Amino acid sequence: MPPSFVSIDESCDEAGILGNLMNTKTMLVNETEDLPGDFAIWIFILAEMLVFGVMFIVYAFARSNQIEVFNESQLTLSRAMGTLNTIILITSSYFVVRAVSAIKSGNSRQSAHWLLGTIFLGGMFVAVKLWEFNEKFSAGITLETNDFYMFYLTLTFFHLMHVLMGMIILACIVYKLKNGDYSAKEHFGVETGASFWHMVDLLWIILFPLIYIIR
Amino acid sequence: MQYQSQAVAKPYFIAAIALFVGQIIFGLIMGLQYVMGDFLFPEIPFNVARMVHTNLLIVWLLFGFMGATYYLIPEESETELFSPKLAIITFWVFLAAGVATVLGYLLVPYASLAKFTGNDLLATMGREFLEQPLPTKVGIVVVVLSFIFNVVMTMLKGRKTAISLVLVLGLVGLAVFFLFSFYNPHNLVKDKYYWWWVVHLWVEGVWELILGAILAFVLIKVTGVDREVVEKWLYVIITMTLITGIIGTGHHYYWIGAPAYWQVWGSVFSALEPIPFFMLTIFAFNMVNKRRREHPNKAATLWALGTGVMAFLGAGVWGFMHTLAPVNYYTHGTQLTAAHGHMAFYGAYAMVVLTIISYAMPILRGRAANSNKAQVVEMWSFWLMTVAMVFITLFLTAAGVLQTWLQRISTTPMSFMATQDSVAIFYWMREVSGVVFLIGLIVYITSFFIKGETKAS
Repeated sequence: MPPSFVSIDESCDEAGILGNLMNTKTMLVNETEDLPGDFAIWIFILAEMLVFGVMFIVYAFARSNQIEVFNESQLTLSRAMGTLNTIILITSSYFVVRAVSAIKSGNSRQSAHWLLGTIFLGGMFVAVKLWEFNEKFSAGITLETNDFYMFYLTLTFFHLMHVLMGMIILACIVYKLKNGDYSAKEHFGVETGASFWHMVDLLWIILFPLIYIIR
Repeated sequence: MQYQSQAVAKPYFIAAIALFVGQIIFGLIMGLQYVMGDFLFPEIPFNVARMVHTNLLIVWLLFGFMGATYYLIPEESETELFSPKLAIITFWVFLAAGVATVLGYLLVPYASLAKFTGNDLLATMGREFLEQPLPTKVGIVVVVLSFIFNVVMTMLKGRKTAISLVLVLGLVGLAVFFLFSFYNPHNLVKDKYYWWWVVHLWVEGVWELILGAILAFVLIKVTGVDREVVEKWLYVIITMTLITGIIGTGHHYYWIGAPAYWQVWGSVFSALEPIPFFMLTIFAFNMVNKRRREHPNKAATLWALGTGVMAFLGAGVWGFMHTLAPVNYYTHGTQLTAAHGHMAFYGAYAMVVLTIISYAMPILRGRAANSNKAQVVEMWSFWLMTVAMVFITLFLTAAGVLQTWLQRISTTPMSFMATQDSVAIFYWMREVSGVVFLIGLIVYITSFFIKGETKAS
């Protein structure tokens, strides 16, 4: 797409402010036009957000009918572990950002390292999550214990599946990076995978306070 | 046609249309029985007419899918079919089994049929849509396995495309999930639970892959749009289908004794099932708008676009109408289900089979497209059948809404039969629409016999 063109009489712009403004504007327009990664992944991201969004709304409705049960059961969740996982995921998103900027400057080795770091953090997230699930299952809690646990297990399980999916996607990208399939010019795939990972992170950032903290 | 062995598709298509006619006739019979309870009794009781109506639908669609596959796989794989002979043998076996089964339904009381066919060895009969006697069920498995074998062997020796991969994935899924028709646990909850693995995971799962692949194939052919573009759409659509459709099975589990969490899972995921259908519509229109050639077969393009729209309305919108658990609590098993079932089956599956027949049949008969005159008649049949189906759906919807109100919501609820009497007017109007549909079908068949100047292939 050509940059937006605004016709202004420059002769009256003595200080060159308008010129600067116009530059900023063109930059901004260009930035919003460039959707990072494959367009198809954005359809998925929107669809995923829709699924989780609907789930969050249903959760809110269910909670409003039985606040006592929800508040009581919520206290049994480990906030410390939830916080730990939040930190892990946010850090992993930072790693992904570094991986993308590394490949943008043509450094595919470094990019692969950052992604391996992300996958490692993803693994840590999974481990913490499984520990939490194990705690709950050994306390005899199931999907049918009450509505709160049903939502807790459902939402966190679906999210966990996405973390695993994201790890698989990133692993494929690492493989391709090591094959030299991506470069400073051609790094579409890295951005696509990064977008998916950010979504996984974003979902957790909403999920965590909603399920673990807000009362 | 590009490959000689594609010709095996022809008998499949002809059989599909013949059975389609049978399905509609039995539909009209039972439509009349809704308002004249003893019509054709005791020769054809309502339950038998219904069984024939639904079973014929499934069988003719399967014939259509198989014909479509035999037509498109050689072209996609750029090689002759592995064994045209096997395809013809399975055709006759399947047709004979299908006809024998329907005759069995019509001539022998169902209980005796069960006795004769070894239902006491392995009890699989008596469940809606899966009424087939054991030998027929085994026959279906054998036919489908040999069919898949033939298709996979063809693919292995030729080019592998996204379309053929998605198609085969759908067909394998079809075969695998049909196996649950042999599992018939005593526990009624489990029985229903796994029954849906056939019924739901077919029509709201793997069949959608078949639908997507056939539609994508026809769209590539009639629009000349780049394969890459079509394939990306196809992948996105089938992924959405599987995400929403698999857990969406839960919308059948609300009131059968399955765990309560299915009310949430089923509602959320099935509420999103219209999305892939909507994308299918956008996809079809997009491709046609971006077409790079004017294909002489206008009728096929019309069917393809119609499939997108009607599938979205019938499966998507009419499905969504009663998919949420709080709504379904009132509407479960009313005429709303029948309304949805009619438009969804016609819009998604009947129409996609008619699409590929419309595209492939002229080529199988040695021309790129039928004469203008024949195409005009075919397009008339498109509109007659489609508009008739819209009205059938609207009348059944009206009946369903009224039924829900009178029987389940009103402060003075009426009995089931009294309610049926008060909605009879809609059943009459539905029957009239059904007659129009039959006229449309007759016009459709006529279009095959209209001569005129054709375009060379």
